[in-house]
Amino acid sequence: MIRDITLGQYYPGDSLIHRLDPRIKIITTIAYIAALFIADGFIGLATSAAVIFIVTAVSRVPLSFIMRGLKPIFFIIIFTFIINLFMIPGETLISLFWGLTITKEGLRTAVFMAVRLVLLIIGSSLLTLTTKPISLTDGIESLLKPLKVIKVPAHELAMMMTIALRFIPTLLEETDKIMKAQQARGADFESGNIFHRAKSLIPILVPLFISAFRIAQELAMAMEARCYHGGDNRTRMNAMKMRAGDFVFMVLTLAFIGIIICERYFI
Amino acid sequence: MNDSILKIENLIFEYAQYEDGENVRAVDDVSLEIERGSFTAIIGRNGSGKSTLAKNINGLLLPTSGTVYVNGIDTCDESQIWEVRQTVGMVFQNPDNQLVSTIVEDDVAFGPENMGIAPEEIRLRVDEALKAVGMYEHRKKAPHLLSGGQKQRIAIAGAIAMKPECIVFDEPTAMLDPSGRRDVMNIIKDLNKEGITVVLITHFMEEAASADRVIIMDRGVILADGTPQEIFKESDKIREINLDVPLAVNLADRLRKNGIDVPQNIISTEELIEWVLS
Repeated sequence: MIRDITLGQYYPGDSLIHRLDPRIKIITTIAYIAALFIADGFIGLATSAAVIFIVTAVSRVPLSFIMRGLKPIFFIIIFTFIINLFMIPGETLISLFWGLTITKEGLRTAVFMAVRLVLLIIGSSLLTLTTKPISLTDGIESLLKPLKVIKVPAHELAMMMTIALRFIPTLLEETDKIMKAQQARGADFESGNIFHRAKSLIPILVPLFISAFRIAQELAMAMEARCYHGGDNRTRMNAMKMRAGDFVFMVLTLAFIGIIICERYFI
Repeated sequence: MNDSILKIENLIFEYAQYEDGENVRAVDDVSLEIERGSFTAIIGRNGSGKSTLAKNINGLLLPTSGTVYVNGIDTCDESQIWEVRQTVGMVFQNPDNQLVSTIVEDDVAFGPENMGIAPEEIRLRVDEALKAVGMYEHRKKAPHLLSGGQKQRIAIAGAIAMKPECIVFDEPTAMLDPSGRRDVMNIIKDLNKEGITVVLITHFMEEAASADRVIIMDRGVILADGTPQEIFKESDKIREINLDVPLAVNLADRLRKNGIDVPQNIISTEELIEWVLS
């Protein structure tokens, strides 16, 4: 069971979006989020929505997958919607009991904010849905490289992320093993209230930490044996290359940002 | 000219013991030469110092005293340590804890990437190494979805991709099931046939029997050194230090005790079967 876990929320595929350079995807995602905050009218928001739905369609990620990403923040969306709906002063639309009123401005802001939040989540989850965690790491490393001048350890950060991704399943297996070993000796993880159950997890954490340190030591030795000496003079087998598609996507994103800016300042 | 790839002179290695201040001597004055292209098995109990010896060979551990030469380079020479580690590859016991990447082929590429080799050349080496261990069709998979034997083959491919002259295997089959063990042993034998010097650390006597030289270590010293035939001839001495002898040797000993004259040079099951049949 534990072997089946997927890392991150990557949706395997081979669409145009999947094949884009991870750096381009990261940059365009950031640009898209920025655009959502620049847009202040419904035309801008509608354009943004249209764009993200086209990209989703091209990526061939099923809508159900994207909706799953919305679930955890569903409550926040509803909450902001209600707060905005009642708290913004302005021209009264409907008067409710207890002096609660829905104003025209309130309704407008509420809908606007909710749509903006939904688009924000869809936009950023598209990045993680269409990019393998390992490519994301490579992309981040490459983008952070210029910051080396101000001593940002780009390579080391990326290596840590890669190793973390690699060892999540290993550590899960280890946890499973420790829990089983303790259950065999009568440990009880299932009954009692939440505090009781949380307390019974402590005896798992100690051996888990010890084995994590042991794994780290063995891994460090194996890496040294394979000549690892940090990021200097290191080459990559799959060097990231910008292709025509990446440039086209970049231009399209710029055009989109242009539309949003025009909409805000000139219309 | 002496054609030994490894030369160990009076190696002593001590682990620092923090609790009572006294150091533990894991390897005690070992001198050894390993011939280029040979297949040497080092056997011994747990704590006999065999793994420590292995880690001294490619500079993962540095001698407390004495010297280790790899192709004439002293492992203590920091400026050439990467040269040493490229010459002597290493495969460890736990297949899980030596794979770095989440994709098989990226993991095999890890060593060559560290060596700063051009991307096209890395691609060639990775494909070649994966084919050599029969894992080419699994190149896009995640390591945690593979079996122990398959993971160990990936680790071997990772070592091969660095084009080492010698590979030290530190109990590579200890955590594998019988079929995984067989696969790994076959790969090790094939690599040796292709000219790579193999140092195999193990406590499976059957594996040691397929080497052309066997070294027995106990308490940090070399107890015996010779061809498998010479070593297993003195099977009583091996049992004395609580090690097993190969099944065939055991059986031949018992047959001899019962008056059947089995030749001394039989050490593997296949040889014994052949002799019985003829």
